[in-house]
Amino acid sequence: MANKTIPGVNARPTTDLPVLLPLNPRAMMITDPVGFSRWVSSFPLWVWPALTAIIVLWPVTAFAQSNYTYTQAMAALVKWLPFLMKSGFFFNVIISLMTMLFGTVSGVVLGLMQISPNRFISLPAKIITQTFRNSPWLVLLFIVLLALPFEFQIGSTIITVPDWFKAVFGLSLPIMANIAEVVRGAILSVHNGQWEAAESLAYTRQQTLWRIILPQCFKRMIPPWMNWYAILTMATPLCSLLGVEELITLSRQAIEAEDNHPELLVPFYTFALLIFFAYCYPIARFTIALEKKFTVKL
Amino acid sequence: MNTENWTPDQPIVSIKEVHKSFGDLEVLKGVSLDIMKGEVICIIGPSGSGKSTLIRCVNALNDIQSGSIQVEGQEVHDPRLDKLALRQKVGMVFQQYNLFPHKTALENIMMAPVLVLKEDKDEVEKRARALIAKVRLEGKESSYPGELSGGQQQRVAIARSLAMQPDVMLFDEVTAALDPETVKEVLVTIKDLAQEGMTCILVTHEMGFAREIADHIYFTDRGVIVEHGPPDTFFDKAQDPRTKEFLSQIL
Ligand SMILES: Nc1ncnc2c1ncn2[C@@H]1O[C@H](COP(=O)(O)OP(=O)(O)OP(=O)(O)O)[C@@H](O)[C@H]1O
Ligand SMILES: [Mg+2]
Repeated sequence: MANKTIPGVNARPTTDLPVLLPLNPRAMMITDPVGFSRWVSSFPLWVWPALTAIIVLWPVTAFAQSNYTYTQAMAALVKWLPFLMKSGFFFNVIISLMTMLFGTVSGVVLGLMQISPNRFISLPAKIITQTFRNSPWLVLLFIVLLALPFEFQIGSTIITVPDWFKAVFGLSLPIMANIAEVVRGAILSVHNGQWEAAESLAYTRQQTLWRIILPQCFKRMIPPWMNWYAILTMATPLCSLLGVEELITLSRQAIEAEDNHPELLVPFYTFALLIFFAYCYPIARFTIALEKKFTVKL
Repeated sequence: MNTENWTPDQPIVSIKEVHKSFGDLEVLKGVSLDIMKGEVICIIGPSGSGKSTLIRCVNALNDIQSGSIQVEGQEVHDPRLDKLALRQKVGMVFQQYNLFPHKTALENIMMAPVLVLKEDKDEVEKRARALIAKVRLEGKESSYPGELSGGQQQRVAIARSLAMQPDVMLFDEVTAALDPETVKEVLVTIKDLAQEGMTCILVTHEMGFAREIADHIYFTDRGVIVEHGPPDTFFDKAQDPRTKEFLSQIL
């Protein structure tokens, strides 16, 4: 039975009419292209006061065990928070934006390479995509950190590669691979008849792609693209492991500067969580709204 | 025979002993037919007999395994073929219209001549507007395909093909996806074209229409041409039992 061919299921269909395919349980497991945004945007509103309460109230619980007063703890928070925002989180945003820029540009190229009719182009592109899509981000970051030279020379000037740039490069790799899949998926979602109609009108493949296919699927790429941006932003604290001075690194340094009082750990890191959440929540909501809009119009 | 010494008294499309397989499935098993300039032929036959495959081979949307197809003396399956030149000569209309949904009717019609043939935009626009009038769609120039009925979309698709000023038109069951009421408006358009002397190859299930406009009918079954002839002979005096059976089912 294993080799039985069923036209339209595991063999070429014998009709060009649409057929109702049997239920494929694996197809139901296909990951939601905006799953992360759906999850983030589904948080109830009480999450906001709850997180704020943790930041403000936690030092009270610890008060009994030490001589560090609640007022002191609050003073430390108030003192550091503007700095953490301006120097820390701002840098996370910069890293995420630059990563998204590199990742998108290279991802679009890689996605287009994957659908090339030339196997020498499409095969390497597929291998690269699958490799970077399925590797742990932290591993990629460390490889980049260790593999990229610390500095290099152009003529007589020595250029030092800053760690944050290595981090951007390292995070760009998985973003590139995932954007490549977004692009490829969107192109494949356009009905084959569009390619044929263009072909019969003497369009070249390039003209068909740029004038006919991509304009039709451009909108469909936006929600998953934004979804990847939100995921990426949430992942930027990984850079603290490379010593990049972003929000998490600076939070740790701030706590150290306050004599490592354990009462401060929860408020400081919860603050970081709140900031990331506050940044990604509207993006996620917008992503889901766009996704709904574009799906209806399809 | 090549393009330079092709003359209009020779077949404009000449198909000889064409074999075509998809993997192990042989779909065309030695098909031959000739079409003269200005002729209208209809290909009929049961589903899966290879009608679509045959006409898709004529403009090289499908390749063939052996045999020869020539359009105006130019071998279509020559690897050195200038596909642009071929497709400019051969227009095709599909069952599913396949209009470009992000472009208006007028843009759909104008795009290929401007982009592919690099013709002057104003001139193309004039021609496109004339074509819209010809397919009786005045006023729909700036409608998007999604705002048009099936029959209207199909007429835009016909105009889009005509804008390339082809010498031969291929129609693959162009009314099969339409409501019965709108079938007629598309057929009228094709009939106008045929009467103006356009060479047409039609795959159709509309027997009455085939009989009315075709100069010659070909009946295909399982990859071969079983029988062919002028419409009256074909419909009234079919010889082959397979043809008779098919006609008895459909008429
Ligand atoms: N791309 C393809 N790959 C594999 N098999 C195909 C392909 N296209 C068509 N076929 C097969 O070739 C045979 C002939 O198909 P074709 O579409 O030419 O039939 P048809 O005569 O046009 O039928 P219909 O009247 O239903 O449109 C069918 O058995 C079909 O399954
Ligand atoms: Mg067909």
